[in-house]
Amino acid sequence: MTTPTLQPQAALGGAGQLPKHISWYVLAGGLALSFVVLLLFAEPTPASVIILGGAIYVAAIWISSRIVEGARRATDRLATAVVTSAFALAMIPVVSLLVTVVDRGRTMMSWEFLTTDMTGIFGDMRGGGAWHAIVGTFWVTALASVFSIPLGIFTAIYLVEYGRGRLARAITVLVDVMTGIPSIVAGLFALVLFNTILDPAYRSALMGGVALAVLMTPVVVRSCEEMLRLVPNELREAAYALGVPKWLAIVKVVLRTAIAGITTGVMISIARVVGETAPLLLTMGIITSTNLNAFDGRMATLPVFAYSSFRQGGVYLERAWAAALVLIAIVMVLNIIARLVSRYFAPKGMT
Amino acid sequence: MAGPASEAPTASPRRSSAPGKVGNIVFRGISTGAGFVILLVLALVALFLLYRSWDTITADDQRIADLTFTRGETFWPYVLPLIFGTVLFSVIALVIAVPLSVSIALFISHYAPRRMAQVLGYLIDLLAAIPSVLYGMWGFLWLEPAMRPFFVWISDATNWLNGFAPWRYTLGYITTPLFGEASTPARVALMAGVVLAIMILPIVTATIREVFLQTPRLHEEASLALGATRWEMIRQAVFPFGRSGIITASMLGLGRALGETMAVLMIVSPGFRINFNILQAGQHQAIAPNIANTFGEGSAQDDGLGGSVLIATGLVLFVITFGVNLAARWIIARRAEFSGAN
Repeated sequence: MTTPTLQPQAALGGAGQLPKHISWYVLAGGLALSFVVLLLFAEPTPASVIILGGAIYVAAIWISSRIVEGARRATDRLATAVVTSAFALAMIPVVSLLVTVVDRGRTMMSWEFLTTDMTGIFGDMRGGGAWHAIVGTFWVTALASVFSIPLGIFTAIYLVEYGRGRLARAITVLVDVMTGIPSIVAGLFALVLFNTILDPAYRSALMGGVALAVLMTPVVVRSCEEMLRLVPNELREAAYALGVPKWLAIVKVVLRTAIAGITTGVMISIARVVGETAPLLLTMGIITSTNLNAFDGRMATLPVFAYSSFRQGGVYLERAWAAALVLIAIVMVLNIIARLVSRYFAPKGMT
Repeated sequence: MAGPASEAPTASPRRSSAPGKVGNIVFRGISTGAGFVILLVLALVALFLLYRSWDTITADDQRIADLTFTRGETFWPYVLPLIFGTVLFSVIALVIAVPLSVSIALFISHYAPRRMAQVLGYLIDLLAAIPSVLYGMWGFLWLEPAMRPFFVWISDATNWLNGFAPWRYTLGYITTPLFGEASTPARVALMAGVVLAIMILPIVTATIREVFLQTPRLHEEASLALGATRWEMIRQAVFPFGRSGIITASMLGLGRALGETMAVLMIVSPGFRINFNILQAGQHQAIAPNIANTFGEGSAQDDGLGGSVLIATGLVLFVITFGVNLAARWIIARRAEFSGAN
């Protein structure tokens, strides 16, 4: 015979239980009610319907559970509802941002936009494009990658394979701190560095590349370090046991095993810096023509082009959104390829 | 390698007469060198900024006050409202982002079906991949009109509070609404805070999620076995374990928000006051967007002194973010030491 206190219902202090799929019905009801209310008193938009509907849902589920199931169950249901709606709330900016960019970017997007620059485009003229900015973004990202990928990978190797003691701990901490350097500070650094050593009026993609490298290196170190630490020690030990020198074991065994993860990490860090605006605004500025020399002269980049077009308004606003569309397409493609690489090229049994 | 390879497996291979001796030394040298370069770069950032700020530190107050953009102030009175604005935007962002992030992290770690959890994590990480200039454009054209009625409502509500006798009695000096009259368009501190909150959401969520996932399984099961509901289990097992993780994540988010340039630059209509009128335009400005905004016109003024002043404000920002990030990492490190015990 069981004592009453051991029965879950009694322990929770409630009499009954709400039907199993009640949450979905309440949610649907809340959304419908919020749509009707907004239709009566204001303009219903998808976001506002979801927010008001979510609020009604949270309140309704709590009250009904409180009446039927008791205080503890009600609190539990309230927590579930709040936590779920928080996630839904966070999805609103993702969706609306992507929809806005695609929707507004479409009007100006064309083959011409991708292949011409802004030379000779004035005032309300349509036409012109972002080719010069695409070239600039390519150069500055390539330069940043050339600096920061080798540096980042070797630092990660040091931290995982060699680093012991104080130096390694200092580097670990400072890499983390470096991740938080404000992008504008990196821009100021590149500016001061080149203008002190070279000419005060010197401007080039190289400066932008250095600024981005400062921002990118710690991200590369972090992700590579994580990947190298995932490589099982048995593999290293097996290599040593066969008489392979340590450096060769690192190159042929450790890096070989972690290569998919490292590629993913590197691509995600590239995606992270492609959209940096503030440091490029300071170091490379904006021009209307195509500059193919990365080591001399200003160069337009996609984010700065988007920003300066946005500032000019009018027909330039459409260009800003089109440039934003190109930028976000690049970022998304990099992210997706990175995920695919890590999924399909990871050695078996590693992930 | 000659001789039996029966040494402890983790010991480095024998150096003498071993093949790859040179390779080992070179490779080790390159790797250690890379580590040093990282330290060097960080030191160089600080040194070069300090070097260019030196003019400002030694310059005559009057020369700084004569620059067009300092509004007749000397350095510290110029930078103080900017520091205030920077902290104000970031704190608003944190107040919004941290509760949301805790909820989202909980949803991903303890509520969502396990198979979906990873995908949901990607969706949140997607927010981190979006360039900041896009947040500025979207915040200005989509979010601002959407939030405006809500801001007006807050303004009215706080105004109504002012009518209360006891309130007025205790805080008699308040004559305007608590957070200022809501401006149209809402290019205000609260708007910037909302956008910054969205921007720091991914890093805060990811950090908290990691900690929540590490909650000892046995604690959770013990709690559930005692008859706790899911929420009670979370309060008893997950939150106590994750508390320091939440603090760390908040500080990392704070570090990000302090240094954000473009979104604030594109959304806030700048002002240089120290007040809490977060619904009113033209009241606040942060350090980073101020540099981006002023550098073009100001850097060449007075033989480069203008640039030096702006770079000095950048140095102040660097020091603040460095401190915040270092403190966050210190808390993480301390937690790692004790994590075995709890």
